[in-house]
Amino acid sequence: MEGYSRKDVGCPQLLDLIPKEKEWLVKSAEETNHGLSEEKKLELRLGPPGGDWTFKQINGPKNESLLSFGFFPNTTAGATTTSAPTPWQHQAKASFFPLMEKKSCRTVELQGAEKKAFSPANKAVPNSSNAQKRTAPAPVVGWPPIRSFRKNLANGNSSKLSSESQSVVPDKDFSKKPIENCPKSRFVKINMDGVPIGRKVDLKAFNSYEKLSSAVDELFRGLLAAQSDSSTNGIENELEEEKVISGLLNGSGEYTLVYEDNEGDRMLVGDVPWDMFVSTVKRLRVLKSSELPMLSCGSKPGKLSLDGSI
Amino acid sequence: MSEDEELPDLGGGATPNSNSTVVSIGGGDQNYVSPGPDQVLENVLENVLCFLTSRRDRNAASLVCKSWYRAEALTRSELFIGNCYSVSPRRVTNRFRLIKAIAIKGKPRFSDFSLLPPDWGAHFAPWLRAMAISYRALEKLYLKRMCVRDEDLAIAAHSFPILKELVLVCCEGFGTDGLAIVARECRQIRVLELMDSVIRDNEVDWISCFPEDVTCLESLIFDCVEAPINFEVLERLVARSPSLKKLMLNSYISITQLYRLMIRAPQLTHLGTGSFSPLEIVAQGEHEPDYFSAFAACKSLICLSGFKEIIPEYLSAIYPVCGNLTSLNLSYANISAEQLKPVIRQCHKLQTFWALDSVSDEGLQAVSAACKDLRELRVFPVEALEDAEGPVSEVGLLAISEGCRKLQSILYFCHRMTNAAVVAMSKNCPDLVVFRLCIMGRHMPDHVTGEPMDEGFGAIVKNCKKLTRLAVSGLLTDRVFNYIGQYGKLLRTLSVAFAGNTDLGLKYLLEGCPKLQKLEIRDSPFGDSALFAGLHHYYNMRFLWLSACKVTRQGCKEVARQLPGLVVEVIAWNEEENGTSEDVDTLYLYRSLDGPRADAPRLMVRPSLIMLGKALFNYRAGFPLAALKISPSSCGFHALAVEPSPAA
Repeated sequence: MEGYSRKDVGCPQLLDLIPKEKEWLVKSAEETNHGLSEEKKLELRLGPPGGDWTFKQINGPKNESLLSFGFFPNTTAGATTTSAPTPWQHQAKASFFPLMEKKSCRTVELQGAEKKAFSPANKAVPNSSNAQKRTAPAPVVGWPPIRSFRKNLANGNSSKLSSESQSVVPDKDFSKKPIENCPKSRFVKINMDGVPIGRKVDLKAFNSYEKLSSAVDELFRGLLAAQSDSSTNGIENELEEEKVISGLLNGSGEYTLVYEDNEGDRMLVGDVPWDMFVSTVKRLRVLKSSELPMLSCGSKPGKLSLDGSI
Repeated sequence: MSEDEELPDLGGGATPNSNSTVVSIGGGDQNYVSPGPDQVLENVLENVLCFLTSRRDRNAASLVCKSWYRAEALTRSELFIGNCYSVSPRRVTNRFRLIKAIAIKGKPRFSDFSLLPPDWGAHFAPWLRAMAISYRALEKLYLKRMCVRDEDLAIAAHSFPILKELVLVCCEGFGTDGLAIVARECRQIRVLELMDSVIRDNEVDWISCFPEDVTCLESLIFDCVEAPINFEVLERLVARSPSLKKLMLNSYISITQLYRLMIRAPQLTHLGTGSFSPLEIVAQGEHEPDYFSAFAACKSLICLSGFKEIIPEYLSAIYPVCGNLTSLNLSYANISAEQLKPVIRQCHKLQTFWALDSVSDEGLQAVSAACKDLRELRVFPVEALEDAEGPVSEVGLLAISEGCRKLQSILYFCHRMTNAAVVAMSKNCPDLVVFRLCIMGRHMPDHVTGEPMDEGFGAIVKNCKKLTRLAVSGLLTDRVFNYIGQYGKLLRTLSVAFAGNTDLGLKYLLEGCPKLQKLEIRDSPFGDSALFAGLHHYYNMRFLWLSACKVTRQGCKEVARQLPGLVVEVIAWNEEENGTSEDVDTLYLYRSLDGPRADAPRLMVRPSLIMLGKALFNYRAGFPLAALKISPSSCGFHALAVEPSPAA
């Protein structure tokens, strides 16, 4: 028996798959299926648009309209598509049942044409098969073999908890201990310009940048005031008015919060989601905004290439 | 027993009712006529056979002779029906009279992946009818891939008053209505487990239907029930179930509700944690329950699962139990390697671990370093896409093989793999019994060498001498089947997709693997002559599944003709009722004592056609197809149950 394989074997012909198929389909359409309106073709077909349920059906004339209307938007956009997901990727997730009506057309022509493209022993599949990215083949029902309830896990939590369930009772009678009971704490050093003594702060105690910012304010407000007090001649009132440290996150204040991440780069606080920040931050620093050239010209978040260590 | 020597040879064919000799045992009453040796033997047999629990042993015993057959039939109490269509319920109830526990399996596994229409069959109702008459003392009912209706559950509840265990795996057709009836009527229920089943939400508060007094519940598993739960009632139920050891919640249970249940049931050994996220994000400073202590109080917890909508920050709450866990199922938790590491490095007793590939190769390396006792690993994809880079690869597989030498079972989804890693695993993990590797891109070669994956799988069958289950993927030629046929002498289950070149592939399998029971193949170029190569073996198999292969209707008819004890089901996607096309889309054949089934669906009108038309239009308009849920309630399909022709 002749070799049998999907076109997407990974051999060089892969990239030509789409146009070739069009040819074949047009051929078989002419052979067997004249004059069917596109509407009718759509109606009679039950299956992923453009996708074929089995390999055989690629030849089905009714597929043609769907394939054309499926694939082309992708390929006309860019001939050598990489592994960019096509709309069918979503199809693969839907677990509907593939009813493909097809005329009983043989796959012989397809196989015949394919024979040239395919080397039965597969030994001839050269390394170039790895070199090129595979264009996304039409998805096949039931592949990969994942049950439907295991799909769509990347889409995040479609929380069922927020429903108007009859049983929601606010939790009042529980332990007053906060989450910090979890042993994991995340203490990082924090230094401030102009303050010789640094502090340590537990990032696990916060769940947002705002809270961190206000904590920094609380930590250093007094110290800063004490600093400026001692730096002057001390003639002033001992009770120097403590100035609120604000605008740490948006560049609007006198000081700005930056951090050093796990790759050693100095970064502006606030760009990444909080959780990601907590997991990558190594130490914090409160810098004078005037020292940050980007900020003084009006903010562009990104890496700061400042000399000098923290 | 001295009688043994006097008995006629009990080899096959002997009729035990002949020559009943009267033997006088001991002095005393001369009128006492002791039972004939045959009867004594039967009595002895019945008493001895009670101790035989393995069904395979019992099957063997029942073949010795009629006497043994009868004795065995009278003493068997646990029944396993691997294919509900292989034998009629009546035949079963006629033979076995004293069944207390029954397990019935229905649809073939590929039906999980939408390769069969939903109305294909595997109905529980006919079995129930027979059992309701004959097995009223039934205590345990286990159904897998069967269609069970609410009415069936109602009848079961009424017919089996002492039903203690009801386990439904991958079933469908019923809803919370049926569950309510079970809860209300099955007063002795100890185990109610619903796993991977599709259950309709009839908006019935089934949890409230359990009796008000102390229950004997030991296991309550409902994580697949996609319906809200009346939490207060559940809490009270748990509080009055002192024997409860296994509790698996669905994703409608928040982590705060989980806390409340845990503090009421610290004796739990198996816990499915539900959503593992709070109802709302808790602001800093607000009171949150002490989840950590709740877990610390569950000193017997060995199996943890759930995490259906996990907020990863809460994962640290499980630290207190990690050291005791033998099973951890994080296969719904989309967490990173960094989030996994602090958990897994404490799980040194772990034997079973299920995860998503979001943990990446790095996470698997952490598993390999920490879980030296690991026996079973399953890695599922977060996104079941064929074309993706994917976070797990041969690196993870290799790491696992190097760290987890006692591995027995692995299911691994990935996008790229190398022969070298698979070969390494075959050598590092000689105890492998189950090896299922799914390289999700079709026909994917070894991504480093560009070669087919033949050598890797070949090494598995060659080096893993205990292997009984194998699933292959990637670019595969006939060569891999040659290896499997040559070395896979213990292989019982084999799954093949998009593999092979010629009929030789299937021939190697059918000729080489004497123990093959379940063979499921899709989209591979095997045709009639390969099909015929298995004629000598099909009666020994549970089933053969071939879909999108190259068998023809003629070939199928020929098989049916030659093997009248087989049922050969053919699914062909023809428009015409009397299709003369030779095309066969799906072939499903299995042995049966009672011939083709009467409940095969017929061609029907397809209302869902129009829906799909809409889908296409929506696609044109640019709506994402993921938003469309098409659930065909009835679809046309022409099932041709090929009748074996009378012996010609």
